[in-house]
Amino acid sequence: MAAEVIEFDEQVDITDVVCPITFVKAKVAIDELEDGQVIAVRMNDGEPVQNVPRSIKEEGHQILKLADNEDGTYTLYVRKVEEA
Amino acid sequence: MAGEINYAELKKGGFMKQKQKGFGSLRLKVIGGNLTAENIRVISEVAEKYGRGYVHMTSRQGVEIPFINVEQLAEVKEALLKGGVETGVCGPRVRTVTACQGSEICPSGCIDTYTLAKELDERYFGRELPHKFKFGVTGCMNNCLKAEENDVGIKGGMEITYNEEPCFSCGVCVKVCRTGALSMEDGKVVLDASKCNHCGRCVKSCPADAWVGTPGYIVSFGGTFGNFIYQGEELLPIIGDKETLFRVTDAAIEYFEENAKPSERFRKTLERLGIDGLKEKVRKAYEGGEE
Ligand code: SF4
Ligand code: SF4
Ligand code: SF4
Repeated sequence: MAAEVIEFDEQVDITDVVCPITFVKAKVAIDELEDGQVIAVRMNDGEPVQNVPRSIKEEGHQILKLADNEDGTYTLYVRKVEEA
Repeated sequence: MAGEINYAELKKGGFMKQKQKGFGSLRLKVIGGNLTAENIRVISEVAEKYGRGYVHMTSRQGVEIPFINVEQLAEVKEALLKGGVETGVCGPRVRTVTACQGSEICPSGCIDTYTLAKELDERYFGRELPHKFKFGVTGCMNNCLKAEENDVGIKGGMEITYNEEPCFSCGVCVKVCRTGALSMEDGKVVLDASKCNHCGRCVKSCPADAWVGTPGYIVSFGGTFGNFIYQGEELLPIIGDKETLFRVTDAAIEYFEENAKPSERFRKTLERLGIDGLKEKVRKAYEGGEE
């Protein structure tokens, strides 16, 4: 996969917390964004990467990309979608 | 047996003989683990008035009221019935159908477990068989309700299809798949169907809805988790509709009825006869059933 660069406005690192706080921490960070802004969420392999993208999707935000950082972490790029 | 208490008869009504003479623990009927507020209210009143003010939760989502005086049993049953609570069953018959919260409540759910539990209950509850027979319904691969420990376990899953067009190669599905069935090739996702366990995680997590999932039932047969422990076996592919599912469950119960010795659990029958007979019977039911 070509390492395309995604521009983002904010970032949050959730590798220092465990499920279910991972999603909570990501959600709090997304809540602070303006509609349409993009955030890079860095998370651990394993449970976080298997569960957090889906939870964010269920919240109605737009997932742009999941990038493998090749250090046991992943970065999920999310565009905030304000509730209609 | 004048003057004596017929415990076998009593047991049908879910009255479990207690160590303390003259008392029993009354098992209540609970379907799919749900009780209404009204049910709970009347259970609480009965436990206070006739029992010792507490209930016991069983491992299979049942509720029992201990310390019911056998002489008051009829009165107790009547009081419970006013709050819509029936008594459960024990002995050689179809038991409480257990269920997790399923797709109506749980975001991970693939099937509506509670509706299915009620339907199974209507179809089979209390049916007399050579030995006890348990159904359990769990909404997805997370298996909160431990499908395979039941004589017949039903687990929700999904048959999946991939649409290239909406897929924007984000990579999420490849990562969430726990069986390694998915890989990314030239920006498109490739499925190795032989590795797919129908968990539906790709469907649930794809941000573009490029994966489409059709809910289905994964059935396991001959599980038991008591004195003897055995994990129920899957003998069929995932089942896409309820008619087929019920044909299959009918076939399994029939097989048990026809082949088990009295007081023999389903697993023991299968061990004695081998799995092939059952396999053939449920396979026929799965393929259309018309005999
Ligand atoms: S088995 Fe699945 S659907 Fe049922 S409660 Fe667990 S996670 Fe939810
Ligand atoms: S249904 Fe589950 S096992 Fe099958 S491809 Fe999707 S995530 Fe993988
Ligand atoms: S999650 Fe959906 S959009 Fe992302 S790669 Fe998989 S199919 Fe494509």
